[in-house]
Amino acid sequence: MKNTILLTTLLSCFTTGFAQAETNTVKNLLTVYSTQGATTADAQQGKLLWQKTFTGKGEFVSRSCTSCHTKDLTQAGKHIKTNKQIKAMSPSVNPQRLTSVKKINKWFKRNCKWTMGRECTAQEKADILIYIENESKF
Amino acid sequence: MKSTLAISSIIFTVGILTLPIVWSDNDFRWERIRDNSSGLATTTNPVYKEECGSCHMAYPPGLLPAKSWSKLMSELEDHFGDNAELDAQTTQSISQYLLTNSAEQTNSRDAGKFLQSIKSGQTPIRISDIPYFKYEHDEIPQRMVTENPKVNSFSQCNACHAKAEQGYFNEHEVNIPGFGQWDD
Repeated sequence: MKNTILLTTLLSCFTTGFAQAETNTVKNLLTVYSTQGATTADAQQGKLLWQKTFTGKGEFVSRSCTSCHTKDLTQAGKHIKTNKQIKAMSPSVNPQRLTSVKKINKWFKRNCKWTMGRECTAQEKADILIYIENESKF
Repeated sequence: MKSTLAISSIIFTVGILTLPIVWSDNDFRWERIRDNSSGLATTTNPVYKEECGSCHMAYPPGLLPAKSWSKLMSELEDHFGDNAELDAQTTQSISQYLLTNSAEQTNSRDAGKFLQSIKSGQTPIRISDIPYFKYEHDEIPQRMVTENPKVNSFSQCNACHAKAEQGYFNEHEVNIPGFGQWDD
């Protein structure tokens, strides 16, 4: 019994830790984006952008965030080329998501360039971030 | 008498100690011994595993020569059609790992064969383009790999070589999904 309580406490500490880290990370990044010209982050716009199709060159002419991550952020995705599994994007099922500024910056840079052929604007990043954070509400 | 005994003991001991060397002449054992020592088993760098292994198998660095790794790392913006850009510090750290463990730096037999098969003027960046790779896979029909949804491409080493990421490609342990063991 004592063990169960201890385990539950530890587990909730971890979960709360991730949740706290996620809230802080998103908050900090939104502040940065606002200094780069972004206004209020709009999750609905983020969702539209997430599902929008772009035209690329080479092997994959039709591209979208959903090409690898799927439309359902609570589900695991799959790299379009290598088939390697990509863990779910939503922090509601994958608490490690949105907890590292470095990772977010890295993937935004790479994946915006691949998908859209250019880097995302501060507004686009803000919208997508808030959409991923709150996907369960949309 | 005593000295005869001593000499016999020495001969016996030396014999026992050299036995593994004699055994290792056997092809199969060589692979095991090398794999257990340095070999290709070098996909251990955490930065490399994290950064490269998040999209694809973290290929053992011994599969490509240094010139190939250098070229590949300088073209990450167009990495086989994907964007795999890294910040300067991470690029530097991974490059260093790859170059210090490239095909030239390992004593694995596989790495040596990969290296020797590449013509001097060429710098392949796709492991499956290397002549020795092609030679080892030339009998495998398309339907088992590129037309096999469970494998998809020759780049997915670990689909058939379960211990590929550990640098282990023993042909006696190949298992092609949907087709079973492959042994030529």
